[in-house]
Amino acid sequence: MMSIADIFTVIAVSAGAFFFMAGSVGLLRFPDTLTRLHALTKADNLGLGLVVLGLMARAGGLLAALKLASVWLLVLFTGAAVSQLIARAARDGDQNDD
Amino acid sequence: MTTDIIVDCILGALVLAIAYWVTIARESFAAAVGFVAYGLLLTLVWVRLGAIDVALMEGAIGSGLTGALLLRASSRLRAKEQSAAAEQSGVILRATVALVSMIGAAMLATAVLYLPDPAPTLAPEAAANASATGMANPVTNVLMAFRAMDTMLEKVVLLVALAGVWSLARDWLWGGRPGPRYRADPKAPLTLLAQMLPPLGIVVGIYMLWEGADAPGGAFQGGTIIAAMWLLAMIAGLTDAPPISNRSVRLALIAGPLLFLVVGFGGLWLGEAFLAYPVAYAKPLLLAIEFAMTLTVAVTLGLLIAGPAEREGAP
Repeated sequence: MMSIADIFTVIAVSAGAFFFMAGSVGLLRFPDTLTRLHALTKADNLGLGLVVLGLMARAGGLLAALKLASVWLLVLFTGAAVSQLIARAARDGDQNDD
Repeated sequence: MTTDIIVDCILGALVLAIAYWVTIARESFAAAVGFVAYGLLLTLVWVRLGAIDVALMEGAIGSGLTGALLLRASSRLRAKEQSAAAEQSGVILRATVALVSMIGAAMLATAVLYLPDPAPTLAPEAAANASATGMANPVTNVLMAFRAMDTMLEKVVLLVALAGVWSLARDWLWGGRPGPRYRADPKAPLTLLAQMLPPLGIVVGIYMLWEGADAPGGAFQGGTIIAAMWLLAMIAGLTDAPPISNRSVRLALIAGPLLFLVVGFGGLWLGEAFLAYPVAYAKPLLLAIEFAMTLTVAVTLGLLIAGPAEREGAP
């Protein structure tokens, strides 16, 4: 018998895995740097967010759940900053090519 | 159980595939990026083997800091990469290299396959004597107490490596500041990152050091995170790399090994042997050494990545 928390975990983690897969496909298939970044950040933000949400239901306690949430927040923050950096580098590189 | 085996098999195959890809990659930049991914996969392998301490090390040092070193080296070599790739070594040389590599791999494989079963281990003894130091993490016990000599020499090796990097500087720049001076751009995302992350990272680094007594973690992992935070602030231009002739930098570099040596000779004088800790003070002594080690690791790794002196710096 699965409890409601287990079912929630399965659904959330599967949805997260779907976003990771979609992000990976986009990374491989999209034509240029900016669209690839767009695909990648979806995997990071939504995919990891859903996985963390699903795992929080199984975390041992409030502290463990908060640790999981802070992992997601840190990845959100660094992901946003790093994709800005990559986008700027791509833009500057394009200007130099012209 | 079977899903575990499937996951392990996929992981192993991925590690092998990416290792092969890194070896055959034409561009050194691509190979360096592949190496970072390889390190992250190896981290997962260590987690699957239950060796969390090793996984932390692999992620922080093997993938993170070594990756940064390789990326920097590859960006420096970029101008000469074309001409270097054009040089083709002779057939005899390539055949010899392939033969030697195969013999080496075969010897390693034989050694692993002919290990006695069960493999010889000191793990039960290490676990049984954990109470001697007052720390619960057997890995920290082995590193800091049972095999303390190895750990001390390892830090000395790091110092020698740093001296090697420093000696690449041009004569008249000796004692100057490493690397270029990065200019801070107050509106850049990197500046925001370098302002927000280090307070968190330093806390996490010290937490790892402190937790290392009873849980996975320790001086090396904590020091690596602090080094990464320092490098982030340097690259964002928020702080300048110190001149390598700076006295407090030199002091921080030798703090860990020096304290280790002092305690070691103290053991010779007060106790039974070199590096024998008096049992009553084992835990506070070990903690003091670990704190000094964290400082040394952070400064050494940061300066290793910063590189040799490239600018004259007023000391």
